[in-house]
Amino acid sequence: MSAKKVDVKALQKTAIELRKGILQVVNSAKSGHPGGSLSAVEILISLYGYKMNHKPEDPNWEDRDRLIISKGHASPAAYVTLSHFGYFPKEELVTFRKLGARLQGHVHRKVPGVELNTGSLGHGLSVANGMALGARMRKKDFKAYCLMGDGEIQEGSVWEAAMTAAHFKLDNVCAIVDYNKIQENGLISDIMGLEPLAEKWKSFGWEVVSVDGHNLDELIKALDRFGTIKGKPMVIIANTVKGKGISFMENTCKWHGKAPNDEQLKEALSELE
Amino acid sequence: MDMIPTRDGFGQELVALGKERDDIVVVSADLEDATRAEYFKKEFPDRFFNLGIAEQDVIGTAVGLSMQGYVVFASSFAVFMTNRAYDQIRIDVCQNNANVKIVCSHAGITVGEDGATAQCFEDFAIMRVLANMSVVCPVDTNEAKSATRWMVDHYGPVYMRTSRAAFPVLTKEDDVFEFGKARIMREGKDVTLIGSGLMVYESLQAAEILKKEGIDARVINLHTLKPLDEDALVACAKETGAIVTAEEHQIIGGMGSAVAEVLSQKYPTPIEMVGIKDVYGETGDPQGLLKKYHLKDVDIAEAAKKVIKRKK
Repeated sequence: MSAKKVDVKALQKTAIELRKGILQVVNSAKSGHPGGSLSAVEILISLYGYKMNHKPEDPNWEDRDRLIISKGHASPAAYVTLSHFGYFPKEELVTFRKLGARLQGHVHRKVPGVELNTGSLGHGLSVANGMALGARMRKKDFKAYCLMGDGEIQEGSVWEAAMTAAHFKLDNVCAIVDYNKIQENGLISDIMGLEPLAEKWKSFGWEVVSVDGHNLDELIKALDRFGTIKGKPMVIIANTVKGKGISFMENTCKWHGKAPNDEQLKEALSELE
Repeated sequence: MDMIPTRDGFGQELVALGKERDDIVVVSADLEDATRAEYFKKEFPDRFFNLGIAEQDVIGTAVGLSMQGYVVFASSFAVFMTNRAYDQIRIDVCQNNANVKIVCSHAGITVGEDGATAQCFEDFAIMRVLANMSVVCPVDTNEAKSATRWMVDHYGPVYMRTSRAAFPVLTKEDDVFEFGKARIMREGKDVTLIGSGLMVYESLQAAEILKKEGIDARVINLHTLKPLDEDALVACAKETGAIVTAEEHQIIGGMGSAVAEVLSQKYPTPIEMVGIKDVYGETGDPQGLLKKYHLKDVDIAEAAKKVIKRKK
């Protein structure tokens, strides 16, 4: 598969804008999940800004690539990204988590570009598999991507789906694990370790690529490899930093589900300048 | 009287529908031999997926397939699918309003010898409480066929319970299942016996017992538990003044509870409920179990006499 042209520098600038947006919407809502949103920014940009075939002006275009955001609490990252790429006006972001808003607390199909309501972890990969099976039956070329959290894959249902994708040789499925190493109450390795993670996926029959999940060049290279692998699904283990970009939010579970106040927002935004 | 499990009607009609339409897909958790979804598998192997013993994955995959425009049937035993995959049914199917039909066999105490873990008494309660979900329990194989045909043209989530045990065939082959409409099986003016599934037959038998005692019982087949036919329920309450509900399900949260939810608000009427009384089942032959757990015609007739005494 030939690589598309890409302006990585421009995408890096986008990453800064999206991080600002995440902090602002969570601050405005006074609740939400900044930590696992900030870790997923480059992953989302590499998909919406580079890899995926999609039409923001026609969110239900039948040949679009699908992304299931299975870590539904990363709604700030999802909404800010979708808005940036033109799915809905940026002005709507201030309605996040407010009564009557489309921008529900966890990702919701009311929002243009969202494929599946999520929020209970471990559901998305099965649905992505179903979409991929449907694509195969309908002889469609679109791909099904599934973004999962690292804590999320402690759910047993993820491994049911992992078996299904491999068994049915779903080479049109790409899972991405946002491996920021931290879950709500602490370090993954202390709570319920995932290692050896790459070997787990390999043993389940998946092609595995590990990347620096904040390095757009690496993400793009990995995504370009997807599609060249035939006969099995692919997982990208994106090694990320929870709270990436904001010194006081990085590598801590404290900012998993807590909003910055106005002062903290100001400080955080200044770090991104 | 013919005796046929309702799962057979489901399996047969699925094949008929598969021949008529190419947008029907079936996903199974490795029990298709028992649910009768294998009839479809044999005819349409390319539209059938056995995902192994993984109910959560079955439901999620069914939802993904439905989002590609397929009418997807997900099938297993009632107890495994509705209990094991509840979170996926609640969110992936119902909150996403996916066009997934969950058809499960082996519900109720007539599952028999497999015992308590396999006998599902909770499915009506936990399925009907889900917004967007419709809940259906056919009375016999003909109605199972007709309901299966109905649901492919009805957009949205449906749960249908079918049986392992052979149920008496009470309807005609050309009778059409009318979604959301209670069906009068026998007219009567002194009391209304409302049954679900096999309990419709037991209610008809109970009406014969009552007739000998001079009591004229109406019998209703409440095949659609959600949405409920509120008009019919209120009419029965007004016209007979007393209600007995009978189901192979826990009394808590079941069909009787659903009927009481309507009548207590719209036309308060004495009700007696025949069902499982907050216990689990056990191994045994279906008829022996029905007797032991007080789900027979005589139990319904006793409940009828009791409720008639409570009439105002």
